[in-house]
Amino acid sequence: MNAPAPPLDDPPAAAAAKPRSAVVRDALGVGIAVGLSGFAFGATAAGDGISVPQACVLSLLVFTGASQFALVGALGVGAAPLAAATGAFFLSVRNAFYGLRLSQLLRLPTTVRPLAAQWVIDETTAVTLAQPDTATARLGFTVTGATLYVLWNATTLLGALGASALGDPAAWGLDAAGPAVFLALLAPMVRVGGRERATAAVAVVAVLVCVPLLPAGVPILVAALAAPAVLLVRRDRRERGDAR
Amino acid sequence: MTTWIAIALTAIGAYVVKLLGLSVPAGLLERPTVRRLAALVPVALLAALTAVQTFSTGRHLVVDARAAGLAAALVALLLRAPFLVIVGAAVVVTALVRHVAG
Repeated sequence: MNAPAPPLDDPPAAAAAKPRSAVVRDALGVGIAVGLSGFAFGATAAGDGISVPQACVLSLLVFTGASQFALVGALGVGAAPLAAATGAFFLSVRNAFYGLRLSQLLRLPTTVRPLAAQWVIDETTAVTLAQPDTATARLGFTVTGATLYVLWNATTLLGALGASALGDPAAWGLDAAGPAVFLALLAPMVRVGGRERATAAVAVVAVLVCVPLLPAGVPILVAALAAPAVLLVRRDRRERGDAR
Repeated sequence: MTTWIAIALTAIGAYVVKLLGLSVPAGLLERPTVRRLAALVPVALLAALTAVQTFSTGRHLVVDARAAGLAAALVALLLRAPFLVIVGAAVVVTALVRHVAG
């Protein structure tokens, strides 16, 4: 989940009268490809000392991949619950902005909203935004959400059980799964531009400086300040540039 | 127990954020600064998480087999490998380096 979504077959502009089968095909493709990543989450959670029921509850109730990986990673290094949950929470804030876009497209009745909300994540948003009208948007959202939810939870269970059966997760290199996931999620973001690359660089330096100095989990929160810091510096520069 | 507390806090926070997006009027969150910050905070967090989980053990900075694993993931990423292959490369290389070195 939250993996770079595979490119959709039909560009939205060319899909004025998109057949329902094409929407279902796109949605299933994204749902299955990303849903299988639950294996990586289940195995990583086990590697971080999270029990099988805990890993499964996370996938059922949190259901937003980056936050889940961040939480188990922080708990794995002994972070306090509040520090660990705060880092995970910051990672999930973008889902609110997806919800804003989706509510305009899906036009959901008030009664359905609390149910649909659980599926508001990267992948469902990517598929839904590619649809030309409300009917296909609803279809894309529902098929992607259902496929992803079922697969992500099933593979979380299997990954956690499998990794627990292996014994010492570090001997199998499973402690490297978490950082690899974060790198894969980060890559498409830093390709966007200089502001993203500067933020990533500042965050890496900040977190490595803070690790020996602060309790586990806190360095991540300090590193999050790289985002407002870079925004402030860039704005200053732009304003000075405008004044000239 | 503390793990369950962290799980409960994260589950509630993640759900409230999702429901908020679907429910509030668009204008409220559409300020440019808010949107820019929301896009940039995950970049900072993911970069920091990658660094901390590769180069630290407890409160010590270390370079061990995980660094080789992350390098393998980076190569897979540059070759445009699928998500699970990127993660698999990191796991396999880390395990291999540990077995060879240990």
